[in-house]
Amino acid sequence: MTNTTNLPNAPKNNRAREPISTGSEWTFDLIRQYDVEIARCAAEFGLDTYPNQIEVISAEQMMDAYSSVGMPVGYHHWSFGKQFLSTSKGYQRGQMGLAYEIVINSNPCIAYLMEENTLPMQALVVAHACYGHNSFFKGNYLFRAWTDASAIIDYLVFARRYVDECEERYGVDAVEEILDSCHALMNYGVDRYKRPAPISAVEEQRRQKDREEYQQRRINDLWRTIPKPGGEDLATRMKRYPEDPQENILYFIEKNAPLLETWQREVIRIVRKLAQYFYPQRQTQVMNEGWATFWHYTLLHRMYDKGLVNDGFMLEFLQSHTAVVYQPPFNSPWYSGINPYTLGFSMYTDLRRICESPTDEDRQWFPDIAGTDWVKTLHFAMKNFKDESFIQQFLSPKVMRDLRLFAIENDDQEDVYRVTAIHDEPGYRDLREKLARQYNLSYREPNIQVWNVDVRGDRSLTLRHIPVDRVPLGKDTGEVLRHVHRLWGFDVHLESIDDGTLVEEYHCPAQELETR
Amino acid sequence: MGMTHIVDRRLNGKNKSAVNRERFLRRYRHHIKKAVADAVHSRSITDIERGENVSIPARDTDEPIFHHGEGGRRELVHPGNQEYIAGDTLPKPPGGGQGQGQGQASPDGEGMDEFAFQITQDEFLEFLFDDLELPNLIRKKLKDTETFKYVRAGFSNQGVPAKLDVVRSLRGAHARRLGLGGARKKKIRELEEQLAALKSAPEELDSAFSHKDQIQVLEDEIARLKANVKRIPFIDEIDLRYRQHTRHPKPATSAVMFCLMDVSGSMTQMHKDIAKRFFILLYMFLRRNYKKIDVVFIRHHTSAKEVDEEEFFYSRETGGTIVSSALKLMNRIIETRYPPSDWNIYAAQASDGDNWNDDSPICSKLLEDHILPQVQYYAYVEITPQDHQMLWYEYERIMERFPQSFAIQQIADPGEIYPVFRKLFERKAA
Repeated sequence: MTNTTNLPNAPKNNRAREPISTGSEWTFDLIRQYDVEIARCAAEFGLDTYPNQIEVISAEQMMDAYSSVGMPVGYHHWSFGKQFLSTSKGYQRGQMGLAYEIVINSNPCIAYLMEENTLPMQALVVAHACYGHNSFFKGNYLFRAWTDASAIIDYLVFARRYVDECEERYGVDAVEEILDSCHALMNYGVDRYKRPAPISAVEEQRRQKDREEYQQRRINDLWRTIPKPGGEDLATRMKRYPEDPQENILYFIEKNAPLLETWQREVIRIVRKLAQYFYPQRQTQVMNEGWATFWHYTLLHRMYDKGLVNDGFMLEFLQSHTAVVYQPPFNSPWYSGINPYTLGFSMYTDLRRICESPTDEDRQWFPDIAGTDWVKTLHFAMKNFKDESFIQQFLSPKVMRDLRLFAIENDDQEDVYRVTAIHDEPGYRDLREKLARQYNLSYREPNIQVWNVDVRGDRSLTLRHIPVDRVPLGKDTGEVLRHVHRLWGFDVHLESIDDGTLVEEYHCPAQELETR
Repeated sequence: MGMTHIVDRRLNGKNKSAVNRERFLRRYRHHIKKAVADAVHSRSITDIERGENVSIPARDTDEPIFHHGEGGRRELVHPGNQEYIAGDTLPKPPGGGQGQGQGQASPDGEGMDEFAFQITQDEFLEFLFDDLELPNLIRKKLKDTETFKYVRAGFSNQGVPAKLDVVRSLRGAHARRLGLGGARKKKIRELEEQLAALKSAPEELDSAFSHKDQIQVLEDEIARLKANVKRIPFIDEIDLRYRQHTRHPKPATSAVMFCLMDVSGSMTQMHKDIAKRFFILLYMFLRRNYKKIDVVFIRHHTSAKEVDEEEFFYSRETGGTIVSSALKLMNRIIETRYPPSDWNIYAAQASDGDNWNDDSPICSKLLEDHILPQVQYYAYVEITPQDHQMLWYEYERIMERFPQSFAIQQIADPGEIYPVFRKLFERKAA
């Protein structure tokens, strides 16, 4: 166990302890009282949050929320039903507990509390979600740049209504087909480097009508392929379209696919906008969960110091906390990768330590932050990084030692696994770099971009995959390509180009063998 | 710091996933139908009234995305290092597997390559009876004409004035007044007795021993208690009791189902078993279509007897076979209890086809003259792997004359029950 948490010492001043409550049954009034006190503690530490909306729901409703990825409103799709079925099955069999909470990046920030929770759990959730996650949503640069918390609910309502209407007009099957294909490409529906306009429902609705007209005209322009008399020079003919590779495949299809109906383009846009909304979450899991965990831990201890909660409360709280930050070692049957709660919590906790009581090692590794104001430093770290850069910047040798991190290389050209770095002096920097890279999205997902459209010929679309370290594409590739083909409407090719050499190619429809 | 708003959502719509769940079932209806059909064959049909576990090959429910495949050079950071130092090598497991904790089996033995889930009893039946319909009956019409009646369901302390139960409310008020005022009234009585005693006592000459002060104290106390008692309201909001009512479905169309079964000596255990399954399936089907339905069970050998469901399916009797005895009994029951003007009448008969030869023409006549004109539908299943018997040929002639309301089918083994059942009650093209 990485965090041995002992009961904090009794408060030093002999102030009378007047806990808010002593039992474990919650009431709305008690939740309100805890919220007021937790908010007071959060303010002491300068946590800046959106207003909170706490919604108490039943276990069944929690399963509903789960299966629509936590969105309070969502369009209908069978995949959410599948999610619901497997969640409820797992829950009924007792194989999995439900999350104590779900929190939505919206303004006001909506947090779901399950009615089955005990009072200490409700307090933990309020601290974790309503003050931890909430302040992260409001402060982190990715969320600020990519999402508009005040508009998301309205946008979801718009999307739900639009998809509903399409189902009515064009049939459930037709809409389902488009959604299936869009979901397959959802991770490729984001501009990773350009900052898109935050989504806003009012704006969307206003613009949607205009778009219907403009879009079709634009597309017609691209496909007006009457050859000019006299011929063009070779350079013009060899020019690719798009001129630069496009990483946002869904966007490219939405704007350029020749045969799509206007409503189909709009559905693609909806999935794209949702992908954009979730994009920051995918990149800040360690930071976000770590931040929320650090703050529930810190805020509830502050409550204890103030005498607002008693020993029984703390014991129950710490038990849950310890379970949340448990990291099974690599050789445990329960191991399934690094626990983001553990890593994030350990890093923020260690950052605070580096600020408050730095060692020589800390001064050498973190000369800029050792001995500084810890609240300011943690806020700086929370606001300006994503998982990859956060680890690159702040993972300390002590955390690497505490978690006993080590890197293993698996090269298919070798007969053995190789340990490439461990938690020791020569390994720290290398290890930190490797772990940071592990959280780089483009390292986690294959790099695939739109490479070319045969505008003058068969209108086929060519995607290009650039492998990293010779890692090939997975077994779903052919299936995904069928979805691309459905959207594009003409032949689709995908080529893996490693260092200028074609190493693998996929086609949809499958190409006939040339030996015929 | 923003204000926090706390909302109780527990009573808001649950089942938000109902549509998504329905979409999922719809997408995989072929898989599920097959699982349901298998279940009907394999498990005992008597416990058919529950949901079913369905497994679908996981690859069919996969949502494909671009991801990395195996191969190339990968480097991963793990926690919990115990003894390794940089440069150590570890042998790869044979077969070039990736190692590292992937691909364990699930604890209950279900393969990881199956997507398993449960459908509810309702969904199970919906799939089971998919495309089926009672002949000459439109399910929708049934649903639309359904009416309700209100049935008393106890009392509540909330309600509309019109539902106020005066007697109960006043009884409650009385009890409350007793509860709150009783002790005080007792005290008042005691004090009044003391007061009377004091007042009747001879006046002391010495004013120092006068009772005046004591009397005053007692009178004040009595006045205070009386005022207290007076403040207890005669009737309070908590005394009010309202009558509660709940809606009960009242079928607008009444239907009765006659189940006729041969339990004579020629019916082997296997025959009976098939017949039982057929009727159970039928019974389930009817219960599905009608909120309330009368079912009459008639079993016969040489004589017929009306029995309850339990006896119909589970008791044993043997003897010869006179089918007409059952038909006569059915006809009598229709005449006395189910006038066709008020009831939709359905009948299903199961037999091995064995009958005393003289009896078959009598059956024909009974059916044609009396029964068929009165019933919506009459289905006959002959359970035999052998050649048709006399009764079958009689019935075939009837079918030619009553194609809309009479049908016969043959079942040879349990595996055929379901298809035959479907065939008998298939939606007839309008």
